[in-house]
Amino acid sequence: MVAEAASLARLDGVEKSFGAVRALAGVDLDIAAGDCVGLVGHNGAGKSTLMGLLAGSLAPDRGSILIDGADLTARYSVAAAYAAGVRCVFQELSLCPNLTVAENTRIVHPALTGLGWRRKAGALIQDKLDEVFPGHGIASGAVVGDLSIARRQMVEVARAFTETEAPAGLIILDEPTSSLDEVVAGQLLEHVRRHAEAGGSVVLISHLLAEILSTADRIVVMRDGLVVASRPAGAFDRAGLVAAMGHFAEEAEEAPLDAAERAAEAPRAQVPARAGEAAGLVAHGGEIIGLAGLAGQGQTEMLLRLFDGARGLGDARVSGSVALVAGDRQTDGVFPLWSIGENISIGSLQRLSRGLLIDERAEAELAETWRDRLSIQTPDMANGILSLSGGNQQKALFARALGSTADVILMDDPMRGVDVGTKREVYAILRDEAARGRTFVWYTTETDELQHCDHVYVFRDGLIVADLPRAEVTEEKVLQASFRADA
Amino acid sequence: MTALLAPSPRLLRALLPAFSLAVLLLAIFYLQPRTMSYFGLNLLLNLAVPIALATMAQMFILCVNDLDLSVGSYVSLTACITATWLNDTPLLGAAALLGCVLVYAALGALIHLRNLPSIVVTLGMSFVWMGAAVLILPTPGGAAPDWIRGLMTLKPPVVPFPIIASVVIALVVHVGLMWSPYGAVLRGVGGNPRAVERAGWSLLRAKVTMYALAGTAGALAGMALVGLTTSGDANIALRYTLLSIAGVILGGGEFVGGRVSPIGAVIGAMTLTLAGSFLSFLKLNPDWQIGAQGAILILVLALRVLINRPWARRRARPEAGA
Repeated sequence: MVAEAASLARLDGVEKSFGAVRALAGVDLDIAAGDCVGLVGHNGAGKSTLMGLLAGSLAPDRGSILIDGADLTARYSVAAAYAAGVRCVFQELSLCPNLTVAENTRIVHPALTGLGWRRKAGALIQDKLDEVFPGHGIASGAVVGDLSIARRQMVEVARAFTETEAPAGLIILDEPTSSLDEVVAGQLLEHVRRHAEAGGSVVLISHLLAEILSTADRIVVMRDGLVVASRPAGAFDRAGLVAAMGHFAEEAEEAPLDAAERAAEAPRAQVPARAGEAAGLVAHGGEIIGLAGLAGQGQTEMLLRLFDGARGLGDARVSGSVALVAGDRQTDGVFPLWSIGENISIGSLQRLSRGLLIDERAEAELAETWRDRLSIQTPDMANGILSLSGGNQQKALFARALGSTADVILMDDPMRGVDVGTKREVYAILRDEAARGRTFVWYTTETDELQHCDHVYVFRDGLIVADLPRAEVTEEKVLQASFRADA
Repeated sequence: MTALLAPSPRLLRALLPAFSLAVLLLAIFYLQPRTMSYFGLNLLLNLAVPIALATMAQMFILCVNDLDLSVGSYVSLTACITATWLNDTPLLGAAALLGCVLVYAALGALIHLRNLPSIVVTLGMSFVWMGAAVLILPTPGGAAPDWIRGLMTLKPPVVPFPIIASVVIALVVHVGLMWSPYGAVLRGVGGNPRAVERAGWSLLRAKVTMYALAGTAGALAGMALVGLTTSGDANIALRYTLLSIAGVILGGGEFVGGRVSPIGAVIGAMTLTLAGSFLSFLKLNPDWQIGAQGAILILVLALRVLINRPWARRRARPEAGA
């Protein structure tokens, strides 16, 4: 056991409030060298604030921060954290999209200066990418804005492990695998283990409990700004963790349409099979259709084809209207300057207008209805959308789509980085809405979520390679279809 | 081979400003073959130097996601200072110009610290600059200091001075902003300010640096302009505000996101300068010229959209082997 090792970073009775919201209510945390700590808790439990304190970007209201045994509370800053080897990978990506991968590496390493800094930075990040994600296919000269989200996340993670003058001691990873497919996520978790075994420390924040259970030595559970449990990983199982976080366990599922019923009924959405595809996509009223496979294998493109189909474009046929729930909240989802209510009602403005103007009362009613149904946590729906935590912002995006009259709802990996409790609530609503006759087409990178689908299509290289009814959906089958037989 | 057949859209985009300039230049040569000479080019591109400097000023501001609506009146003011104080009492003139740069830097600090919209602040400042220019030089007049006049009318062998000056401006800014390690941080501020701040850099320092650089480039533009016109006027450069924005955008820059290109912006400024001459050679009624200039701008931007479109589509497609 490494519990006896010297403490690398320690928080003593740390408190932090933002206005009336008490984000941390006295947290003690001790991270030793060689420690791999899993940090779990639902959104709003205070994980991100805790991370901000360790990163030096937030200062505690009370309590102390000790690094290598020295009390640095008064002069702790981003620079001090960097010098002490504390590195963070934040949930919303911290890369500059207009810069190259090498230039982004330079941003975090002030030591990369002088002639040839670009070459040094490029070599540094390239070596680390090769080490953490073999076969990543990312060039250090590529502009970050041209990379897919998954690759951006890979760059950001690799960047946190790079070292110049200051060592990379304690790495804090907030939802590092949220955009990665399972293979790449596995490479990352392996590297986390290697880093810990080599004497470094890692704090891993994730909503994928399996990831935490398999990787961490010790698991810290947070709830409402407090650490409610801190035990060796072996002392927890999945159910135990969920219980400690304050949520309930699995519930029963109802029977889906059987194959005969499926064939008889006229589909609500239909996409013909392309050359080389195992099947075309068919979706009926009341069904939840899952699009699976590794990240970025054509699932998003399928959603866009369906979206075009509803407007009579392309080869997809869709009867009825569609709405889309975006996965990349920051760029495709929220209107950052608008209130929560406005972000929801934008999907239904036609229905809410009276003559040329928007009926404000109806708009407010719609917002209130969905606050209750999705339990969006805010004192006032007129508050700005950015006042919500990430999971609650995502709920607002669901409310936008569900609040519209759309018959088909397309979802582009919407649960990325959303906590277990919120997920459960949304799953229940999805089933409820499907029972009322709505159709959901759901792209997800989390295999667990496919259990909620009536029918699953697996994608590879832009094509549907497997067509699985619910009874046949297993993780093994999905994975098998996701990889080429020769790979 | 495939790389030759289908060059990357990014490369195409970077080449578009140079391509536009070449097309315009060829059209002018065709219309008026006599411009195809040392003297002709000198005359054609003369005014490109102050416009290129003003465009650099605007580019520094655009790079940090702000917009400067006071470039024109600021260049007018520095031109007036150059034509009066800098000529009569060089020390006072130099101090006044330095003061202008410091005010610019302070504006950057104010905009950042108070989180003010740059458009409002610079719009207000444009009236302040213009008022100051009228106070210094109520009627057109003054005289260019000899050394500036001498520099701007330099006749180097083979290559005309405006071309050399434009190349120097483009390279100096390119090295400083695109190659230097701190330049990467400055551009990062435009791309993702939070990320830069989280990495421990001061956003205040970055903004002040960029505004001070803009003030410096603007002051140089005023000095260069007086060197060409030999006298000052409080309204001498008012159209530079829009010209400078158009120059940056023509050169491949964008309004937000820290995507700028110094070389492209200088080429954009030259294109805009030539567009005026081109329309004169077409014997177009001057009343229509501004509209025609706008049409050229729209044409180039439309080309850019055409280049971007297949690129955006490809990005939506899956990435093989991800």
